[in-house]
Order: sequence, then C-alpha cells, then structure tokens
Amino acid sequence: MFDRRLITNFNWAYLLLVLMICLIGIANMYSATSSWTAAVLPVHLKQFYWVGIGLAIVAIVCLFDYRHLEYFSVPLYGCNLLLLGMVLAFGKTIMGATRWIGLAGLNVQPSEIMKIVIIIALARYFSEKANLRGFSLGELVLPGLILGVPALLIMKQPDLGTALLVLCIGGTMALFAGVRRSAIIFLGMSGVAAVCGGWFLLHDYQKKRILTFLNPEQDPLGAGYHIIQSKIAVGSGGFNGLGFMKGTQSQLSFLPERHTDFAFSVFAEEWGLTGCLLLLAFYCLIVLWGLHIALRSNDRFGMYLAIGVCAMLFWHIVVNLGMVIGLLPVVGVPLPLFSYGGTSMVTTMTGIGLLLNVGMRRFMF
Amino acid sequence: MSLNPSPEETPGLRRRFIISSIIVAGVFCILALRLWYLQILGTDYYRDLSERNRIRYVAIQAPRGAVFDRHGVLLVDNRPAFTVSALRQEVDDRKQLFANLAKLLDIDEAMLEERWQKGQSLPRYRPLPLVEDVGRQAMEMVQENSIDLPGLLIEVKPLRSYPFGDMAAHLFGYLGEVTEDELRQSEFSDYRSGEMVGKTALEKAYESRLQGDAGQKRIEVNVRGRELRQVTIRSPLPGQQVYLTIDSDLQQAAENALADNAGAIVALDVNSGEVLALVSRPTFDPAWFARGITSEEWRDLSNNPQHPMTNKALRGQYPPGSTFKMAVALAALEAGTVTPATKVYCSGSLKLSRSYEFRCWKKGGHGSVDLHKAIKESCDVWFYQVGLETGIDRISSAAKRLGLGAQTGFPFGSERSGLIPTREWKKKRFGTSWYDGETVISSIGQGFVLTTPMQLATMAAALANGGTVWRPQVVQKIVDLEGNAEWVLDPEKLNETAWSSEHLTLVRKAMEAVVNDVGGTAWRSRLDKVRFAGKTGTAQVVRRKSDEEEEESEEGEVPYQFRDHALFVSYAPAENPQIAVAVVVEHGGHGSSAAAPVAKAMYDAYFADEAKAEEVTKLISTED
Repeated sequence: MFDRRLITNFNWAYLLLVLMICLIGIANMYSATSSWTAAVLPVHLKQFYWVGIGLAIVAIVCLFDYRHLEYFSVPLYGCNLLLLGMVLAFGKTIMGATRWIGLAGLNVQPSEIMKIVIIIALARYFSEKANLRGFSLGELVLPGLILGVPALLIMKQPDLGTALLVLCIGGTMALFAGVRRSAIIFLGMSGVAAVCGGWFLLHDYQKKRILTFLNPEQDPLGAGYHIIQSKIAVGSGGFNGLGFMKGTQSQLSFLPERHTDFAFSVFAEEWGLTGCLLLLAFYCLIVLWGLHIALRSNDRFGMYLAIGVCAMLFWHIVVNLGMVIGLLPVVGVPLPLFSYGGTSMVTTMTGIGLLLNVGMRRFMF
Repeated sequence: MSLNPSPEETPGLRRRFIISSIIVAGVFCILALRLWYLQILGTDYYRDLSERNRIRYVAIQAPRGAVFDRHGVLLVDNRPAFTVSALRQEVDDRKQLFANLAKLLDIDEAMLEERWQKGQSLPRYRPLPLVEDVGRQAMEMVQENSIDLPGLLIEVKPLRSYPFGDMAAHLFGYLGEVTEDELRQSEFSDYRSGEMVGKTALEKAYESRLQGDAGQKRIEVNVRGRELRQVTIRSPLPGQQVYLTIDSDLQQAAENALADNAGAIVALDVNSGEVLALVSRPTFDPAWFARGITSEEWRDLSNNPQHPMTNKALRGQYPPGSTFKMAVALAALEAGTVTPATKVYCSGSLKLSRSYEFRCWKKGGHGSVDLHKAIKESCDVWFYQVGLETGIDRISSAAKRLGLGAQTGFPFGSERSGLIPTREWKKKRFGTSWYDGETVISSIGQGFVLTTPMQLATMAAALANGGTVWRPQVVQKIVDLEGNAEWVLDPEKLNETAWSSEHLTLVRKAMEAVVNDVGGTAWRSRLDKVRFAGKTGTAQVVRRKSDEEEEESEEGEVPYQFRDHALFVSYAPAENPQIAVAVVVEHGGHGSSAAAPVAKAMYDAYFADEAKAEEVTKLISTED
C-alpha cells in the first residue's frame, strides 16, 4: 500500500513554510511574554511542544489516504454534532461562554474540530453532486443544514467568531462548487435579513464589540482598549520596527492578549512594515499554494477538501489580521500557526495535514 | 475511484481557481495597504500615542525653605519621610493586602480602607498614600516583605520638621494639604492636589518664597503604573530661607517661664521693633499638621477651652489693668492736670457720688501719693482722681500715640486692634454719652479698654526709646539658595511722639522703682545683673459683686475662668534700654506674682547671653 511516490510527492517546501511561520511565532511569543515572571514552563516553550504535536498530527493525517474520509464523513459529522450538543448540556463555562468539554482527560473544544469535520462533510456532498451549472436553491438545502445546525449550536455557546468562521468556510466551499445566480441573490437577501434580525439575538458584549469597532475612541479604557492599543502598537512599528524585545506597547504590557489574539501587533511593533510584509507574504503563499494543490488534485473530493482547508486558513488569517489592524471588529480569532494555543495549532495542523495528504496522492491511480 | 476528470482539465474549474487566487491576493493587498497606512503614514501619530502611554511626568516636591533665628539657629527644617503608597492597578486583593500591612506595621485595617476610599479621587495612575511617615524601620520592614504586599511602594517626600518641637509654633503656623477650593484659585495654579501649603502665620504669609520650585521627572511606567526607569529628571529647587528676628534662647526661656499657664509673651527690640520672642500658650505641635493631623487630634485642639490654636499675642484682647497707667500719667502731665509734685490722698477708695465708690486695690489706702509713688505702688485712687481731671479723650490720645487701640502692623497672623474708648466712640457705638465713672475705671485700664500683648510690648518699647512706636517685624531677611539676600528688614516707624523728656523720665523712673525699690509692686522680681523697669497689672475678668464675697473668697477658691489676668510690661536695661517685654498670664492672679517673674526669667536668660556676647566682642577688639 505504501508507495515510494508518496515521499517524492510530499510537499516538503510547503511544510517548511508552515514551520517557518511557527518559528517566527515562537520567537515573537518569547518577546511578548518576556516581562512575565518565570513560570515552570514558559509560553514560548509550550508553543514549541504544540508545534511538535502539530507535526505529529500532520504525519498521522498523511499516513492514511484521505479518500477513506469520504466514507467516515457521516459518522464523523454525527459524532461531532453530538459533542457540540454535549457542550451545551454540560460543558465548562469560562468567562460567560461554554466551549470546552472534558473528554478522556483532555479539554476538547468541539467547535474547533467542527471546522475540519464540516470541510470533510461538505467536500463529500459537493464532490458527489458535482454540477457545473451551479447548485440551485433546492440542492443547497442539505449543505445548508450540514452547515447551519452546528453553526447555530456554536452560536449558542456563545462563540460568534467561530460560528461565523464555520459559515464562511462552508459558504466559500459552496461558492466554489458553484451556486446559481438566483440562489445567490436569495441567500444574499436572507443573509442581510438574518444579520438585522440577529442583532437582537446578540449578547451585550458582542453588540458592544461591533459598536466599539465602529468607534473605538468612544470607550478608550473599556471595550475600545484592545483596538486602540493594538493600532498604537502596529502604527508605532514604522518601517523597520522598534527591534526585537524593544516594543514598548508589548514589553510594558499596554497591549492585551499579546501572545494569543494580538500576537501580530507585537510582531508589527517590533519588526515594522518590513517584517509584516514578509509574514503577510508567507501567509499569502500558504493560501495560494493550497489553492494550487487543490487545482492539481486528482479527484473532486480531494479538491473540495483542499479548498475547504484553504478557506479555513484564509478566513482565520483575514479575520485576525483585520481585527488587529482595525479593519474588522474584535472577534476572538487566533492567527493560525502564530498565536499561542494548542487547540488552534491542532486544528490548523490537521487541515494542513489534509492539504498535504491531497497533494501527495494526486498520482495514486 | 472518482469518475470525475481532474480539475485541472476542467476549464470551468480552472477559471474559478484563477478568480479565487486573485481574490486572495487582493485581500492580502488590502491588508498590506492598511499596514502601510498605519506604519508609514501613521508612524509619528502612533509613536506619540505610544510615548504617552508609557511616559509619565511626576512632580518632585521641593523642600520648603528652612527657617532660622537671628543667630542662624535652625528652627524649621525638612526631613525625608517615607510614605507607603498603593499602586491601585497592581492591587488585586485589597483585603488581604491591608490585613498583611496592618499586621506588619501594627496599625488599624479600617484606617487603611478609609485612606483608600479617600484617595479614589486621585488620578488612577498616581500612587495612593496609605500610611504617611512610617519611619525608617517600618519602611525597611515593608520592603523586606514586599512579596506579601503586592502593589505597594515606598515614596520619599520632604516633611517639615521642627527641631525645637512646639516652640514658637504660633509664629511658624502650620501646613495642610491644599484644598479643592484653593486649587481653583489662580495663586495656587502651580499646585497639585495632595501638596502641602502654609495654612497660617509665617508658612502662609511667605508661602510663595518658602514653597520652592517643584522638580519633575519623566519616568517610564508599565500598564499598571509602576515606575520602570527614569528617563530624565529636573531637580526641585528648595524654597528660600527665612531668617527671623527671633532669639531662640530668649524664646525658649519665655516658653519655659510661662510653662503650663495660658497666656502670651512678646519681646521686642526697642530700637527697631524687631520681635525677639513671641509666645502664645498653650500651643500645638506643628509636626502633627506636617504629617497630617488626625480628626481626634484636631478635635482635642479645637475643643480645648484655652484655645491652643489662637495666637494670643496677636489675637488675645485683654484689659491692660494697671499697665495702662503710664498712658494716663503721660496724658495728665501733658495736659498739665498734674505736676510731678501733685499729691492725691488715697484713703482706700474714691467716692464719685453717693452710690458710686471706686476702691483702691490696697484696702487701707496709700495715704499721700505723688506720681512716682502712684506708679511704683500702683495706687488706683491717684489715677481715678487724675484720670477724671484729665478726661477720657486726652487719655485715649496718649494711649493711641503709644501704640494702643490700633493694629500694630505685624506682618501676619490677623491681629486684633484692641480698643481705646473715646466719647465719640461711645456715642457711635452705644448712642449714649460718656460717664465719669467710665473715665475712672478706664484710668486703671478696665472698662472698655482692651489691648493685645503685642500692643503692650510696643507701648513698653515706645516708653523705653523715647516715644517711637516701631512696627513690630519678625522676618530679618530672606535668602535665596546662593545666599543672596532677597529681602532685608527695614524698620518702620508707625508713630513718633515728642513727649517732654522731663515727663518721660518721671514715668520711667517710676517704672524703674516698681522693680528695684522697696515697696514697688514687682520688687520681688528684681534682677541683680541688670536693672529693668516695668509695671505690673492685674485685670479683672468679671466685676465682683460685693465686698463680702471678696472677703470670703481666697484666691485658690475662685474658679479658674473668673480669676484675674496677670500682666507685666517692662523694658531693660532701665538706662539705655534694648529690649521690651510684655507678659500676659491668663487667669494668673496678680501681675506682681504671676507675670513679673516671667519677665525676670527672660531678662535673666537674655542678658546672660548678652554678657557673653559682649565679652566676645571685647576679646575680638583687643586682639585688633
């Protein structure tokens, strides 16, 4: 079963690119948390271990032919939906949101796993129902449900950011698969209606975040604090940056959540536009190269799988960077590979594993 | 497996890939543009904001100017005081922190909470003072236990210190935190809340000179406001130094002489009006105010019936009693109603009419009395008779020319003006005409007549120097940091009366006799090394109702607040006078027994030094 071609076709360069982003992230984390009193295990070292775990996941994912996933997609989806339900029933509540569930001694965040599972489920649906004229509204009911039910459950947690990301990923896949013009118009209009209606369902802190995004100076010490401090950090970086470990915004702790969601602000302050453009180029390359892998894939399922992973990476990157530089409201979305966090690392590496899996098996017939 | 052809070979899909790639690249371009906008166009703007985040300007309090006496003895100084303050943004568990701190310093937890609440009006980043002036040992204890006291820091501030304790406290006045009301006024525009300003007396009057220039340091702080490093510093400039005309030895002797009695003492240089000593007792400890007085301490001070917060030398108004008699004598001599030889027979009382009888203090009477004896033995009847003949308006005129009945012009302390009555005054005040009986009691310094100890001292000085009323002044010079005199005392004449030298000599000889001749009322207070001249006074506080009552009441049995005030005005040496001293002992009894000994003790101290000083000058001159 194991083919020598698998090794030769493995995209080492892509993995190297991913690793480089991870290493830049770890260095950045080292700087961001240097003012902290020494913990038993410093954050940057923990992230280092997470990268190792991520690589192991890539290896494991690549071992099995991705095409097997087509058969497992239904039970995978079902199980994960069940987990999401369990989260709402007896999950752990941290800071007003219920996102975690204890599973075999680990804290698991089913909404994160759901991103991958949705990609697999939709890839199967769209590859089976391939339709070059585009999907009609009726044909979109099932994928709509596949996407909508978990999105609603996630929104109930409440985790608006993840819910929106799941919708974005699914929507991107659907658009790529082709949607008829009439369906687009209908969905677009109902989307607008949903946004207007949804405003009343939002939590106060969520409404506040959106209002604060529109006018951060309105509440500079409260809800607007994150955006203002982040913009100050990014802006004061200038062309060349203030230098590694020399960013005052991060070193003096004015920047909140600087090793997680706002890690890029730290990087921007210390490395300036030069560093930012380099990192931006890396991320752009990751997505475009992913699209290229999708294009060259051997079958529709693999293609949609790769498209889904690209969409996941793309939306995470765009939403996080948009937030950090004040283009989008503050949504708790980490920057893939760069922000600290095991969950994010595992999800992202699983996706990248799938992408590489698709890429290395395009000659397997 | 899949029956579909490869996406690469499907033209429709290929187009979608191209469009997707363009969209992805486009979005990344938007992100890059935004970064360019923030980081290139916005660099200066955001660097400025970042600077403002981390750089704080902290005022460094300037040490207030020191105060010295006329010989350069340090009277008021500053010392470093350690304050335990809290950085509110670093305090997570206030209860625990206060419990730890209270236990460590053995103080009340509730007090800490009170200070915390009181400090909430301070800007959030400013350290909130919790315990002021903790002392070096406590400061070290706090530093050693800093792990259990997260969010605390030690601040060092200059604190007013008083090497002589409460000596001359009324002269210095006290400090207090600048109030919200004051901060709104333009003269306090340089002040920040929490700073100390002079609230009374010297500290208040010379605030602008004593204050100094606050320094400033630029510090880098973290998000919780803790100082990480100093960027730049401009050192504070201490305030100017004030040299007083006070002689600290004399001042100390005066304070000791008055001891636990309530009252006031003023000692003046008779030839310039310089204040050599100024005492008001009971007094307060200005150090309490410098560190921040507690409400309990303040309550005790303000409820004390002897009014320790009032400067009695300037604001106490007392009937002068017999110390007023020199004014009456001079007025009578001037008017020609008496000559040095005029004799009045004192039978022990003067009957003005059938119902009004005014008694002399000496029950048996003084017999035949002339001016010299009248002053020496303080015969009341002589003054009743002479006063009546002279008339109140002429007496008032003489008294006013001796410095009574008007403010002396002492530079601070809002002195009272006392009262010297005239016919016109009474008409205006009460709408009634003047009665002879009122002239009679005015002649012995009772009735409407009121004087302040400061006025009595200027009067004694005027008698001593031949009739010049000098404005009493207490600041000798003000010196800047380089030692240049910014201001120097310039003696100021308020009134110069050309009394006939014959009249003046007569009165002064009589005053000399009061102390130095047998039978003089202050004979017991005479001093061997220096002859001084003086006049005792005993001022009634309440008029006694009948003879019987007085017969029965022994001095000790009269309730304190009804006892007479004891007074003594004097100058020394009798020939060639240099210093005048006025003493008022509230409810002290007789001037001869309570007030004159105080003056004696002061002259004793003053001329002991003077003798030494003379010896030194002699030695120096012989060496030359």
